[in-house]
This record gives sequence, structure tokens and C-alpha cells, in this order.
Amino acid sequence: MATYSTSEFKKGLKVQIDGEPFQMIECNFVKPGKGNALYKCRMRNLIRNTTFDRTYKGGDTLEAADVEEVDVQFLYRQGDKFVFMDNETFEQHELSAEQVDDSWMYLKDGMVCSATLHNGLPIAMAPPNHVELKVEYCEPGAKGNTATNVTKPVKVETGAEFQCPAFIQQGDIIRIDTRTGGYVERVRG
Amino acid sequence: MTTFGPSASLEMLAFRHRLLKQVRAFFEDREFLEVCTPLLSSETFADRYLEPLRVTLFSDPKAPTCGPTWYLQTSPELHMKRLLASGAHAIYQITQSFRAGERGPHHNPEFTMLEWYRQGDDFDSGRQLLVQLLQETLPDIRLVEEISYRELFERVLGMNPHTATVEELQEVAWKQGLRTVDNRGDLLDALMATAIEPALDRQKAVVVHDFPEHQAALAQTALVQPHGYRVARRFEAYAAGLELANGYLELADSSEVEKRHLENCRERERQGREGFALPSHFVAAMQSGFPACVGVALGFDRLVMAASGQASLDFVQTFPAGKA
Repeated sequence: MATYSTSEFKKGLKVQIDGEPFQMIECNFVKPGKGNALYKCRMRNLIRNTTFDRTYKGGDTLEAADVEEVDVQFLYRQGDKFVFMDNETFEQHELSAEQVDDSWMYLKDGMVCSATLHNGLPIAMAPPNHVELKVEYCEPGAKGNTATNVTKPVKVETGAEFQCPAFIQQGDIIRIDTRTGGYVERVRG
Repeated sequence: MTTFGPSASLEMLAFRHRLLKQVRAFFEDREFLEVCTPLLSSETFADRYLEPLRVTLFSDPKAPTCGPTWYLQTSPELHMKRLLASGAHAIYQITQSFRAGERGPHHNPEFTMLEWYRQGDDFDSGRQLLVQLLQETLPDIRLVEEISYRELFERVLGMNPHTATVEELQEVAWKQGLRTVDNRGDLLDALMATAIEPALDRQKAVVVHDFPEHQAALAQTALVQPHGYRVARRFEAYAAGLELANGYLELADSSEVEKRHLENCRERERQGREGFALPSHFVAAMQSGFPACVGVALGFDRLVMAASGQASLDFVQTFPAGKA
């Protein structure tokens, strides 16, 4: 695999350290007047989602990581396994419940998501920024809204629950921001 | 901000203009001669970590890659020292300098250097001139503290930089996230940049003197009694979290100059970079009898940053890299 030298270091670079993939989320160039350049970097482990800081000196190298992001379609869930399919290669990728994490709340059959592959194997996925989900169950909105029942819990087709405005009814389609887990708006039409 | 416009605002350009006038007046009052030396030179002094940009001085427009390699100066030092060796007494220059591979919030490959030399200055009087310039141009930063490199390390890291072992230095460097630095000189530089500089009081200007021997560049070295270790007669000014200036009791020994050039070439080659031919004009100037003097190189853009409170070099330059 290729290597990067410090002159190529920058935010977003994907590197491999001890076999694990990292993303350089920060890289600050520091150079004393007559000394060697220093690169203060913060790296995020793409598998474990932990970060660490490391300062490299000019001339150091890091191994490039074989990390790519691909569009995948959510096919189905089987217990602890979530199965996605690469739309171009038709290859299937399995992710565990731990890797999918909170995203299970948004996954509808056929939904197009982004998967991160390391050496061809899936290590993480992300749903689109907004998803539209059908309300399967909720209590009818209280008449004469008071300050205490402005929102209510609403259950959607994936089985997840979201806090929504009191006027939302069963059968409505709501838009959720997957980055915050918050209600955005009711989808018309 | 448009894509074609400068990154410094017009107000900042006016501020920079006023600071330029102030600096010129400072040197006028002290009877310095303002000189203009070339940006391009056929020769360069080998430095371990400074990289000059190369230019092909072609003459046939149909063959623009054929011709001798010349260098854009990393500082006007060589030419100005040739003037001193030829009788110039007190000279200063505000000019553009170039350093390849240096880009960051405080760095741009092309930057403005204020550099001056005065014959007859000793280490103390030469340093005082820098202190006076800082006091005049940075009125908000009232206090200028003078401290030795050793005292600074002792104050911030609790260790004597001249006598600490490489292992002790590595242990402290480890806490700064440093793993790959293993020689004494580089460790001290790295600790200075990552542990000490950020700890300096931004409200004060600090002038650090007497650097470790390995960082002498073209400065003289001296023995510190009674401890028995050598220091480089070099001083550096910091303000507002920025390294502003480097000053030296200039080396006058031409054989020492040659020796350092060759050592630096060897070190460069060891790191996979090319060495340079001995700068013959410069060496001839040193051999002819170089006068005792102190020289200072100051990053003028950084002085503007410190005086105006800007955190990024881009906001004091018209067209930094990316906009040039």
C-alpha cells in the first residue's frame, strides 16, 4: 500500500496504523524558525471511533489505508445482522448491530446508505441525513394544547420512537434528521 | 470576501502600511542604510530544515527548462553579509523571502522579512536594539522579558536543556505526542515548539537568549562558565504566541562557516534531500575579514499579526498561497 509523507498530511487523510484504519481529523503545521517541521495530528480510529493525538516530524511517513465509502442499499435485518448491498457490484455487506448502532431507527427496506469499507470489509455505515418514516402508532393529539403536551412520542415503521408535535397522527409521514434524531416536518402529499 | 480579492482587509493593509513607516523611522533615527539585495542567487547556504525554491535561469525561451539552477533566498543574509564584509556599517532591509513546504496559520512559502545588521554591536547591545523595536511597535504588549533558554526550560518543564539526557527529553516529548524524534537537537526544538512556546504569556514579549550549541546556525558559540557547556550566542523574540525574530552574534570564522555548511549537507543527504555547493561568494566574503556584528531576522507579517491581534497570517498578507 502507498505511504504518505508529512508534506502530504492534511485533514481527511485515511491512514493505517498497526493494521487499523484512521482518519486524520486535524493536522496543524508547526515549525520553529530553524528546526524541523512538526505536524500535530488528531486521528480517529474508524473501527472503534476513538481518537488520539500524535505529533510527527518532517520526513515521517504513514501507511495509506485502503478505506473507501460506497453507496449501499439496506436489504434486511436478521437478528443481530444488518445486510446491505452495493448498488454497483451487487456485493453484499453485513454489519453487526454494534456497528449499525443507532442507525437501526432509520433503516427502511431499500434505503440507500453510505458504507465505509476497510480492505473491502464493512466497518461502519451512515444513513442519509434525512429520512421519511411512516407513523404506525401514536396517541391522538390532546385538544387545547397546554405547555406540557406540545410533543408526544410517536412510533414509526422501523419500530423506533421519536418526539413529534401533538398534531401528528397515525398514517402521517414524518421527516427525521438522522444527525440529531429530531423531527423536522410532516411530509405532505 | 471575493475569490479574486486579498485576504487582508483594506483596513489591515493601512495598518500594515503604518507599521512599515514606523519601522523605517526606527532605523532612520539610528542612521541605518536601507539596502536592496536580490531575491535570486546562484548560491545558497545549506540548512538542515530550510528549503530554498529553485529557479531555472533559462535564456532560450524555446527551452525554458535548460539553464543553471538559481535559488530564491530564504533570507537576505548572504547578500547582506557580503555588504558588511565590503564596509557597510549598519544596514537593514524589508524584503520577500521564500521557504518551500511551509504553509500553516503562521506560515506562507513567501513572506516579508525585516533583516538588519550593525557593526560593533555585541550580544547585549544587539539584543537591546530588538527589544527597543518591540517596545515601540507592540505598545499593547508592554513588558519585554529577557530570559535564557535554560531558565525558560527550567521554568516550564523543570529541566536544564543543556544537561538533560536524551531519555529525559524523550519522556517529556512523549507527553506532547512525539514518538519519532530521537536526537537531542531535534528534541529540544520540538519541545520548544510544542511545550514551551504555547505556554508563553501572550500579553508579554519574551526575548530568549543563549541557545543550545547545535542550534547555532551562523552564530558564534561560547562556553558557559562554570558549567562547562557551550551555548550558541543566539536570541529569539516571541510575542502573542508567535516566534517573531532570530538574532545572532554573527559567526566571523570562515572555516567554521564551511564546516557547518558541509555538516548540514551531510545531514540533508542522510534525510534524502540534496546538498548544495559551497556558496563561494559568501565564503570569500567571510574569508576577507568579516566584522564583529549582530544580525536579526524578523518576520514582518508576524509583527503585524502581533501588533494587530490577528491569529492567522492570511489576514495580514494580500495574497497568500491559495490566493496568489
